[in-house]
Amino acid sequence: MRDVAVIGLGMTKWGELWAKPLRTIFVEAALLAIEDAGLDRIDSMVVGCMSSGLFVGQEHLASLLSDYLGRIPIPAARVESACSSGGLALRQGFIEVASGMSDVVLVGGVEKMTDVTGCEATFALGTAADQEYESYQGLTFPGLYAMMAVAHMHRYGTTRDQLSMVAVKNHDNGSKNPLAQFPSKVTVEMVNQSVLVADPLRILDCSPITDGAAAVVLCPLDMAKRMKRPAIRITGSGHATDTISLSSRKDITRLESTHIAAGKALAMAGRKIEDMDLFEVHDCFTIAEIMITEALGLAAPGQGGKAVEEGVTGLRGKHPVNPSGGLKSKGHPVGATGVAQAVEVVKQLRGEAGERQVKGAKRGLTQNMGGTGGSALVHVFEAD
Amino acid sequence: MPTPSRYWREIPQRYRLEAEKCKGCGLILFPPRLVCPQCGKREFEKTKLAGTGKLLTYTVIRVAPEGFEDQSPYAVGIAELDDGARLTAQVVDCDFSRLKVGLRVKLEFRKIHEDGAAGVIHYGYKFVPE
Repeated sequence: MRDVAVIGLGMTKWGELWAKPLRTIFVEAALLAIEDAGLDRIDSMVVGCMSSGLFVGQEHLASLLSDYLGRIPIPAARVESACSSGGLALRQGFIEVASGMSDVVLVGGVEKMTDVTGCEATFALGTAADQEYESYQGLTFPGLYAMMAVAHMHRYGTTRDQLSMVAVKNHDNGSKNPLAQFPSKVTVEMVNQSVLVADPLRILDCSPITDGAAAVVLCPLDMAKRMKRPAIRITGSGHATDTISLSSRKDITRLESTHIAAGKALAMAGRKIEDMDLFEVHDCFTIAEIMITEALGLAAPGQGGKAVEEGVTGLRGKHPVNPSGGLKSKGHPVGATGVAQAVEVVKQLRGEAGERQVKGAKRGLTQNMGGTGGSALVHVFEAD
Repeated sequence: MPTPSRYWREIPQRYRLEAEKCKGCGLILFPPRLVCPQCGKREFEKTKLAGTGKLLTYTVIRVAPEGFEDQSPYAVGIAELDDGARLTAQVVDCDFSRLKVGLRVKLEFRKIHEDGAAGVIHYGYKFVPE
């Protein structure tokens, strides 16, 4: 396998982008990544998108985007793994470059979620759960994570305030990110008093509905070294699956696929979790970040709530988690999220993260997951 | 709107709680599968789910998906039945204040939702406190 580097980053301001269609949102991010790479060459493209079919009625997406990017006839593939579609696109791009199949690969992620009503969006996101045995009963994604939260609180004594502290921390970080959808700061009281979505989760426990895209350009490390941009290496990639049905899990308070994917990615990189200077993780709900810190081994099982309470995962803490603001504040255009995590980590490792810069960051990890953890993608990035 | 076949083929599970028991390891499979996820065996005997169990977790859905808007708020839970099978269903005939981990429940046949004014009426199981 060849060493793979990230040489270009592209992301635009996320939000409710009423005036822009999916193709424009994607192309804007892709052009930024190509420009940032300083290399006008794309050999192949991989796009993560969860459900352009349900959100905008458009399939056959990769060819459409290759066309609007002005890159026909390059090979282009769209990959789907629910909310981890972006992370999966990154892995496929990584494999394509590492294998020698292509040299310069554009990896993008995109989702256009505001062309449908809230009920329709809730339904579309619900297709990441078991349609016949979970969604059929009226379950939603906030509902599934709420059930994980109830079980976690019951078993470990995780508190309402600890859930809120995840939102407070991530909005604090997001307030330093000019591309975040909701850069506003929140307080524990605001989260605790916000409207209930699925008990105990309130609206400020939930990541938002977002339109957005992100893109990165990958190439072999040897090629990257001859170019002017800093070459940040992808040194590990891990991918694992689990049941998409929450009721089929042996332990609903544990994210086993994340644990396994992280183990694989770190083993490939020859690193330990303590070697990482920062983490971008999939905080689709506040409880998710607590459970992810446990699955990654940043906190002991059941101690993820305590970790956020004690500031371990804060921007200046021992293990900074979600310096970008995470899905909570930055937004969560589902297919774009996994790629945007890579954009943030590479920015941090280049030392270009501005006010939210983790000082001296040399190594970072992304964790992206689909559904309630039915899929998980973990990547390790390192600066030379 | 899906054709009725999608609904019809799940009737044995949704109406009659038909499940399978793995001849290799005894795991109850609901819905039935072709391969046991625990031991990999492919031989099963038919069984019916235990009708009672206890809640492992629950929530109250206040923002409903398409098709359930008129029902919210409603409670949903995961229960472990007395035969070890786990499944997800709404918890009904139960004040939200009574919901707790460990609550004893039984399965009852209920209406789930409707495909609009002229479509199929979907039935299935719900949890009711014992």
